[in-house]
Amino acid sequence: MSLTTLPTSDLHAKLTRGEVSAVDVTQAYLDGIAARDAAVGAFLHVDSEGALAQARAIDERRAKGTVGKLAGLPVALKDNLCTVGAPCTCASRMLEKFVPPYDAHVIERLRAEDAVLIGRVNLDEFAMGSSCENSAFKKTANPWNLAHSPGGSSGGSGAAVGGGMAPLALGSDTGGSIRLPAAFCGVVGMKPTYGRVSRYGLVAFASSLDQIGPLATDVRGAALTLQTIAGHDRRDSTSVDRAVPDYLASLETPLKGLRIGIVPEYFGAGLDPEVADAVRKAIDVYRGLGAEVREVHLPHTKYCVAVYYIVSSSEASSNLARYDGVHYGHRGDKPANLVDLYESSRGEGFGDEVKRRIMLGTYALSSGYYDAYYNKALKVRRLISDDFSKAFADVDVILSPVSPTPAFRLGELSDDPLAMYLMDIYTISANLAGIPGISIPCGKSSAGLPIGLQLLAPVFEEERLLRAARMYEATQPWFGVAPA
Amino acid sequence: MLTPSDVHKVALLSRLKLTEAEVARFTQQLGDVLKYVEQLDEVNVDGVEPMVHAVEVRNVLRKDEVVPSLPREQALSNAPKTDGKYFLVPPILGAD
Repeated sequence: MSLTTLPTSDLHAKLTRGEVSAVDVTQAYLDGIAARDAAVGAFLHVDSEGALAQARAIDERRAKGTVGKLAGLPVALKDNLCTVGAPCTCASRMLEKFVPPYDAHVIERLRAEDAVLIGRVNLDEFAMGSSCENSAFKKTANPWNLAHSPGGSSGGSGAAVGGGMAPLALGSDTGGSIRLPAAFCGVVGMKPTYGRVSRYGLVAFASSLDQIGPLATDVRGAALTLQTIAGHDRRDSTSVDRAVPDYLASLETPLKGLRIGIVPEYFGAGLDPEVADAVRKAIDVYRGLGAEVREVHLPHTKYCVAVYYIVSSSEASSNLARYDGVHYGHRGDKPANLVDLYESSRGEGFGDEVKRRIMLGTYALSSGYYDAYYNKALKVRRLISDDFSKAFADVDVILSPVSPTPAFRLGELSDDPLAMYLMDIYTISANLAGIPGISIPCGKSSAGLPIGLQLLAPVFEEERLLRAARMYEATQPWFGVAPA
Repeated sequence: MLTPSDVHKVALLSRLKLTEAEVARFTQQLGDVLKYVEQLDEVNVDGVEPMVHAVEVRNVLRKDEVVPSLPREQALSNAPKTDGKYFLVPPILGAD
């Protein structure tokens, strides 16, 4: 049996017991990439030599003594995480040749725990998108059906793990960009509480919304990765100085008296009946486990997409102002003057969706419009956040679909930005409120496409979220990776 | 609602050079998004404070002491145009 068809936690156990070596595992995944990625297109850059060298060093270290918590597990990295000496393109022509001179905090943490950094995976340009179709370099396909999208923006991360090409991946989530590809690709994906994981070294999209998080083939794999990357970092001033619990210690203990909130506003028109059905079946599983299910209301749900697009685009317009052809990145040829240098570098370097969001943000922040758009959106943001606080007074977690439909076809929504934005309707409010969320597989559509279940919890309740997710997962056969 | 002239103004503020075809396309698409976000007008926000940060944060300060930083060579390593000491740009003053 191929090592790449094992759940992450089984693989980790084999490595820990010495049944397989880091080199065996790394080679198995490199073989998996060689066999499948021509069709799937998840990887922008595979570091075969580097990965095998890391694996050899880990095996040597293990023979002599102790190794890190992730020792020997390959991790695919979304290409917006800075790694010394490796390209970090953000899937943009603007950063096509950019090589970071420093490691992101999460990369330092992965290295410290002996993960094997196997390669860089595709994303929507600068993390702006929900389909991975906004990459300047290549299309990534859903490993379950190559005509369909893997979701975005961490589409490469989802496809790599869902396609058996990496047991773990890191992604980033600003409006659902980990949870949506996790759902579309049939894997576990988690967005931590805002501030739980340092953003130092994550190329910034929307600073008050971005979070880095894990994708894995099972909940234990996600917990193990979160354990590794979470924690305070002085270099990120929004990083919260709060102890990281031992997520693995409590993971197998079910939550007694778990109160689950179901939001009627989420089950309205626009939700695919097969998704609704899969989610309702999961609710029944929780009832069978003794959980109490009750209705909670999030009355401002309908405004979350509008609030998100104003807030995130405004922050993006500011964050992407640094790309000016001067310090790094694409530079326009023969500029007439300084302003032309900026305009041509940015006009040539950025793709359509990035330009749209920069302009939307600039407009929303401009004199005369700031109050009507940006300030207004921030006030509604508080109302959205307050809705969650009120709901969590009565329930422990909120359960919902991850997306209105399973993975759509490639090209289906790419001409309709607004329709694409509405894909994020269930995931966006967690970013606005800063709360953690997890997507776990809960079924397949009649066309064989994975369907994801989302759980949300109050800030810093990742332990609760992981245990609640594990409760469901333990009743189901392992979802598996997409057959070749 | 949104006109090509508005898009030209915003493109200038954003320092983005756009083709006429892009201006036409973006006028349509941005117009659609702005129309969609108008629904926020329905919401009563009297007395509501804007929420900038998801989790309340305080300014983080450190002692004003010199600590090691990126060496010059590394800081310039991705520069499109450099003389080894500076980032080079077209003349700022006295141009044309």
